[in-house]
Amino acid sequence: MAAFAALRELLGSSPIELDLAEGACVREAWEALARDRAGMSALAASTRIARNGTVAGLDDAMTDGDELALLPPVGGG
Amino acid sequence: MFAIVSEPIDPRALEGSIRDAARGGVVTFLGVVRNCADDGRAVTGLAYEAFEPMALSEFEAIAREVRDRYGDVRIAIVHRTGELAVGEIAVAVAAASPHRAMAFDACEYAINELKRRAPIWKKERYAGGGEAWKANVC
Repeated sequence: MAAFAALRELLGSSPIELDLAEGACVREAWEALARDRAGMSALAASTRIARNGTVAGLDDAMTDGDELALLPPVGGG
Repeated sequence: MFAIVSEPIDPRALEGSIRDAARGGVVTFLGVVRNCADDGRAVTGLAYEAFEPMALSEFEAIAREVRDRYGDVRIAIVHRTGELAVGEIAVAVAAASPHRAMAFDACEYAINELKRRAPIWKKERYAGGGEAWKANVC
């Protein structure tokens, strides 16, 4: 799990490993991260989550070794 | 050329990567760090970060869309990351085509799409202290 911009500042720059139940979906990964971090809920609606480099749906199932990236609203240019 | 770089951008080199004898129109857009935020506050610089592999995939996808929409256009995109001072180039998009209209359209489409969807972020740093992540309004 990697995070960027405001979410990186909340979560830190180091990759985070999550231990989730077999068949867990992307939403469950977000919820596992947000559980102990009050600042994350305010960012939930505007954050996209990429799974292995492609934007994923919250209900997408994950498999062991998937890499997620948390993408706040972009500001390039 | 599609790149995320930490060093200053050389727009002439970018243009050189797409120019050829068949293309008589070359349009380059430069996004430059300005000294004022949208709310009027004085800005001393911007800090950019990118999710590089995904950003490069988006640049390549945008270039494919440009060719689908406008035809025979070569396009190059480079975005800088790290700490930038006022006046430095943050992004450069160059488009080369046989005639100018196609190059203008392609360049505008590419920078608009980059700003809308490329996974790149910027933090404004304000004179007198303070900073804030700024999302694009597209």
